[in-house]
Amino acid sequence: MSATGLRFGAPTGWRGWLLDAAPASRRQARLGRWYRAWLGLYRNGLAMTGLVIVLALVLVAIFAPLFANHAAAFTQTLQDRLQPVSWAHPFGTDELGRDIYARVIFGSRITLTIVALVSVIVVPVGLGIGLPAGYFGGWIDAVLMRITDIFLAFPRLVLALAFAAALGPGIENAVIAISLTAWPPYARLARAETLTRRNAEFIEAAELQGASHLRILFTQIMPLSLPSVIIRLTLDMAGIILTAAGLGFLGLGAQPPAPEWGAMVSSGRQYLLDQWWVATIPGIAIFIVSLGFNLLGDGLRDVSDSRAG
Amino acid sequence: MLFSVALTFLGLTCVTFFIGRIIPIDPVLAIVGDKASRATYERVAAEIGVNLPIPVQYWRYLNKVLHADFGVSLITAHPVLEDMTRVFPATMELALLALFVGTVLGVPLGVVAATHRGRWQDHVVRFGSLLGYSMPVFWLGLVGLLLFYARLGWVEGPGRLDVSYDDIVPTVTGLITIDSLIAGESDVFWNALSHLVLPASILGYLSLAYVARMTRSFMLGQLRQEYVLATLAKGLSPFRVVWVHALGNVWVQLVTVIALTFGSLLEGAVLTETVFAWPGLGLYMKNSLFNADLNAVLGGTMVIGVVYIFLNMLSDVIYPLVDPRARSRG
Repeated sequence: MSATGLRFGAPTGWRGWLLDAAPASRRQARLGRWYRAWLGLYRNGLAMTGLVIVLALVLVAIFAPLFANHAAAFTQTLQDRLQPVSWAHPFGTDELGRDIYARVIFGSRITLTIVALVSVIVVPVGLGIGLPAGYFGGWIDAVLMRITDIFLAFPRLVLALAFAAALGPGIENAVIAISLTAWPPYARLARAETLTRRNAEFIEAAELQGASHLRILFTQIMPLSLPSVIIRLTLDMAGIILTAAGLGFLGLGAQPPAPEWGAMVSSGRQYLLDQWWVATIPGIAIFIVSLGFNLLGDGLRDVSDSRAG
Repeated sequence: MLFSVALTFLGLTCVTFFIGRIIPIDPVLAIVGDKASRATYERVAAEIGVNLPIPVQYWRYLNKVLHADFGVSLITAHPVLEDMTRVFPATMELALLALFVGTVLGVPLGVVAATHRGRWQDHVVRFGSLLGYSMPVFWLGLVGLLLFYARLGWVEGPGRLDVSYDDIVPTVTGLITIDSLIAGESDVFWNALSHLVLPASILGYLSLAYVARMTRSFMLGQLRQEYVLATLAKGLSPFRVVWVHALGNVWVQLVTVIALTFGSLLEGAVLTETVFAWPGLGLYMKNSLFNADLNAVLGGTMVIGVVYIFLNMLSDVIYPLVDPRARSRG
């Protein structure tokens, strides 16, 4: 049993207020639900590890200058090229004498930017297609879902590759290319979520009160669909990061001298045998961050859906 | 169902056509060069039809694609289709072995995880899968090369064969391991296998991650069913119930998973083949990318896309064939 279940008597104080079986206000009910979800997550060690990694990524990206020296990441000092790991250079230096530690730290900004931009594009597009499809049904549903299925059947990396190749290399185009191939699952998810609620009584009540379709979609259905969309997004993040790093590795992502992790692995390839740290350390950063998102996503899914094992 | 496959295929051609249009390079200029006279420019423009209305251009493009005409590659000066049939067996050899590794190991691991749910076996399999999900394949390839090729010397390095073994065996299937067996050249076989084993294991691990995870969740669904309890009560050994009855019921779903895994292996080929200098479709596309050889890139996208759609369809077809329950539902 859970740690809270072993205590005798109901919890008191603010925890009691949050865990109250009969909340007195909507705010209390909502905060209580969040708190219970948090407790579920908190008990899951792996998920908490994931959360810590993701938070660390965000903090490091925002406060990068506090963790590393900006000049060390970008200034070329050729007499210091390909230095091994030392106190001055914890991860060694690359082929242009730049500090790899500083570059990995500043590279987190690029990763976070890509992740944020893709989310900002993919979620509205997915909701924009999935919600009306599930809500209106009929031919609107048929047409929208057919388009979604077509995009779903495409090979993701290859298509992103072709887009990036046609649009030209660069971080913006990488984001567009990934987004174009990443939205269909969200449309399907939003549709499924809408279908389960379409005939609920509270929707009928809203309709009877004269709410417009748009209003019902935005105020009733969308807020209820968002949690599962966000969980799905967390689970997808690892894939998005790996695709972005793959594009970077192929030279289609952020361009030099930007410290993009995938591109750093690629530039270290030719020194792999003698200076292993140049190629492998940025790869470890990619691995840890995508593992963090996977762990967190798994935990969130377990909390939201007790059937998932 | 054929209708939806055709529609998906049309969608794919629309997208590749669109990609071909948005490229910021003037296709006419790319052919005639910037020293050509106005008249030559106009003639070539009319020839390749850049001034025609978009729907007409699309129609011409679709016609070509349906006749398997992807144009001529700029770097190799061969028709793209010819290039692709030449490089595709290399990718097949890699992907097939990887899929074999992934299935043969992934399915039993998934079953064990499901039967030992919540115990250490389950945790090991789940965490191992999660690691596989999270690793960048190109990085894993480099680490593998560094460790097993450069440091330990257990396997051969990049490429399909050592240079000294090139062109010894005649091409029959295009899969060097099989061709060398047919020709009876055991040296070539062992060399080819030694080159193949590292990239195939790495890709195999990544597909294992997915296969094991899906097997586990399918099996959990089966083990909850009442027939499991009934067969156990009847006195069948737990081993038989799990590996024959329950696994027999999820096998059909697994076919879908394995088909999709194969698709993603073809996709991932671009990265793996770049790391291992493996002369397959992925490396071909990557090289074309950097020489602005759009015909080759779009041709490759088209071929992988078609295989992808085909695999999706295949699993839909196999489903009712193997599983009577899916037949009645239509």
